[in-house]
Amino acid sequence: METLINKLKKAAPRATLLMALAAGSTLQSCGDPDTKGNAKDDAVASNAAEAVYVAPGEHDELYSFLSGGFNGQVSVYGLPSGRLLKIIPVFTQFAENGYGYNEESKAMLQTSHGFVPWDDLHHPKLSRTDGMADGRWLFVNGNNTPRVARVDLKTFETVEIMEIPNSAGNHCSPYPTNNNEYVLAGTRFSVPLDMKGGTQDVSLSDYKDKFRGSISFIKVDPEHGDMELDFQILVPGFDYDLANGGKGPSNDWVFFTTYNTEKSATLKELGASQNDRDYLAAINWKLAAKYAAEGKAKEMPANYYHNKMDHGSHTAKSTVKKTVRYLLPEDCPGMMYLLPAPKSPHGIDVDPTGEYMVVNGKLASSLPVFSFSKMQKAIEDKDFDGEVNGIPVLKYESVLKGEVKEPGLGPLHTEFDGKGNAYSTMFVSSEVVKWSLEDLQVKDRMPVYYSPGHLMIPGGDTREPYGKYMVVMNKITKDRFLPTGPELMHSAQLIDISGEKMKMILDFPTVAEPHYAQAIKADLVAPNSVKFFKLDENTHPEAVKNEKDVSMTRNGRTVKVNMTSIRSHFTPDNIEGVQVGDTVLFHVTNLEQDWDVPHGFAVMGANNAETLIMPGATQTLRWVPKQAGIFPFYCTDFCSALHQEMQGYVRVSPRGSNVPITFSTGEKKPVPPASASVN
Amino acid sequence: MKAYNKILMIVAALSLGLLFLFPMWKIYLEAPQYPEGLELHIWVNKLAGSSESVLQNFNILNHYIGMEPIHAESFKELKVMPYVIAFFMVTGVIIALIGKRRLVLYWTSLLMVAGAVGIADFYMWLHKFGTNLNPEAPIKVPGMTYIPPLLGNKQLLNFDALSLPGLGSLGVFLAVLLAGLVYYFSRRSAASSAYTRHLNSVLV
Ligand SMILES: [Cu+2]
Repeated sequence: METLINKLKKAAPRATLLMALAAGSTLQSCGDPDTKGNAKDDAVASNAAEAVYVAPGEHDELYSFLSGGFNGQVSVYGLPSGRLLKIIPVFTQFAENGYGYNEESKAMLQTSHGFVPWDDLHHPKLSRTDGMADGRWLFVNGNNTPRVARVDLKTFETVEIMEIPNSAGNHCSPYPTNNNEYVLAGTRFSVPLDMKGGTQDVSLSDYKDKFRGSISFIKVDPEHGDMELDFQILVPGFDYDLANGGKGPSNDWVFFTTYNTEKSATLKELGASQNDRDYLAAINWKLAAKYAAEGKAKEMPANYYHNKMDHGSHTAKSTVKKTVRYLLPEDCPGMMYLLPAPKSPHGIDVDPTGEYMVVNGKLASSLPVFSFSKMQKAIEDKDFDGEVNGIPVLKYESVLKGEVKEPGLGPLHTEFDGKGNAYSTMFVSSEVVKWSLEDLQVKDRMPVYYSPGHLMIPGGDTREPYGKYMVVMNKITKDRFLPTGPELMHSAQLIDISGEKMKMILDFPTVAEPHYAQAIKADLVAPNSVKFFKLDENTHPEAVKNEKDVSMTRNGRTVKVNMTSIRSHFTPDNIEGVQVGDTVLFHVTNLEQDWDVPHGFAVMGANNAETLIMPGATQTLRWVPKQAGIFPFYCTDFCSALHQEMQGYVRVSPRGSNVPITFSTGEKKPVPPASASVN
Repeated sequence: MKAYNKILMIVAALSLGLLFLFPMWKIYLEAPQYPEGLELHIWVNKLAGSSESVLQNFNILNHYIGMEPIHAESFKELKVMPYVIAFFMVTGVIIALIGKRRLVLYWTSLLMVAGAVGIADFYMWLHKFGTNLNPEAPIKVPGMTYIPPLLGNKQLLNFDALSLPGLGSLGVFLAVLLAGLVYYFSRRSAASSAYTRHLNSVLV
């Protein structure tokens, strides 16, 4: 307690400074009433409605992918309308379609800790070709139980999830290099690695000596996108916050912000806020890959899950990986450098030319901009200021292009419009600040509501940003929308940045907590969208492609029902011979071959969820009846005029009953209204 | 027949080959729920459509009104027609090589008769499918039949049905037209060749 009070005392002057800065910021903006006011509508452009209006039936210009934070999902919004287009479950069970509940997708959520049906999803990143988003895949991170997932943008479904060993708090993740050579994932928390893929049982007072971080290099198959953990770099025991890749001249480099270079294990809000400067870690990924390929990498035992969804059977399989290769920076000269960065930096953002690295020091009063060419020169001249674990620390002055003075309070993230301007969010002063990369002067400021985290300009992290819109994701929404009790949706604000002054044009609620987002022109994604799965290509082992082939079999206490659904009936729809305590597996194949005609399947009393079966696919619902009787099942997705009639019954008899297995649809032998083999 | 007539006759015979390259008839369905439309393509030897599974989707919709499912196997015509077309193509070429004007007339007339029979047959199966409805159908509209139009459009409940000949039919049209022209153009040359023959006989 004594030390805590001492620490608080030490921190007091800093708090005063923050308040002074806040006052300063207010004074400074009072002189410019056009750009900042208290009235919430001051900043809204008069033609805002027109600017975001997308007529009914018309399509949006852009897809945007917002992370869902603690809901473990990605939500897809159209821009500029702000329409919610889809929710993609990634690290979470999703009762709406059975993801993580049905037998086919459960394996996606398996980890070395068992079934983990939740995670904290922070950063969506679009796959890239030649430094530009190509609309093929979306990579996202699971922060809590370190994982990286891949969403296929043909189906908008999660197709791969890989656990990351030797990592904790997978926050600076996942950052693709400019041709997806690697997706990079850095640990937020350093942990005492046991060098077997796990952590040691050590005292927390041993933080300084025993804790280490890791940065993972995930290789991506250029054709299919499949991921593979190639190697890791074991880095000093700081906290690694955010990452971003270079481009153009800095193409071979990736940058990570760090905090807690103090290596404090407790009360980090103080402990990790002592040093005036932490570091920006710069890693030459190409050189790292070369070192790893040349045999500099060592191998250690590991234990992590790699889950993949098969295209044909729509079934996920888990593989457990038992080793991981790693590099130590001290063995690999030239691979890694540290750049001093003020103070507890959060976002690191590289401008479209690849020359400037903007470091958002969330507790700093200025915004430093580093120069890549100066960094190269400093490395050449060995302009070092000591080293950490064998990693050279470059001199601050030698790498600095300059600082943006008094940008606002609490800079978190920066994006670029491709016209020489940068836009930074100010968490504490609740505003976005536009400044020039050329002279580092502030050009415009706009209040946002309230406490913005990330901001996003479509393509803002690529070579050529689409500098028409900016989305700012805000943490606090009170009074923006109709009240909904203590919890309010977070807000996203769409800002027109095509002119000199920023104009707010739309404000829309978002699902859970959006952190980062990415957006892409609709033309790059929409034409490839799958409309239905071809039944002929369904390789699910329990698929039934014709109603004539449905079956029901008992094997011990497991009963398998291989059935079909089509508008507007199930085959079979009368099932008998099930007994209390049996495990019933309903393998339902949706025979439809038409766009937007999924059928759902739900059974009374099932202890999981429904499953929603896409046209041409097969999904399995597991059900263990606990009492005898008649149990209805039905289609949950309103599929046709006779949807309400799309139902059936299972008769459950007591254990040991002699009711034989029978199943049927209709009085006579079912003749399908249409069989899929017809052509 | 002169050489150019023979060539024209060969072209007439071969233009029937369009039937193997394009559908001969198309039925378009459009409904509020199908903004992209559904197209049934009737070929000389198969049923297909704008998408691979169009027949299945036609049948799913039709089963609500109790219409019998449409299968390629339901039509013996699809088995026979390719041979009929092949017959006309082969005989057309042979007639061109023989160069007998009268045969051209027979061939053309027979083809026209075959075409008429084809259209009549098509109408009959539209009629059969549109009226032969399952009495237990879920949707029954008193007095309603579902015969799609033979040509032109018609509203069938929520569907707007439009029926038009496809490019394949153009083959039949071209064959009749070209063979007709051959018949017409070869009149003079036939007369002159008869005269030549007469002269020859006199001289010999
Ligand atoms: Cu249904």
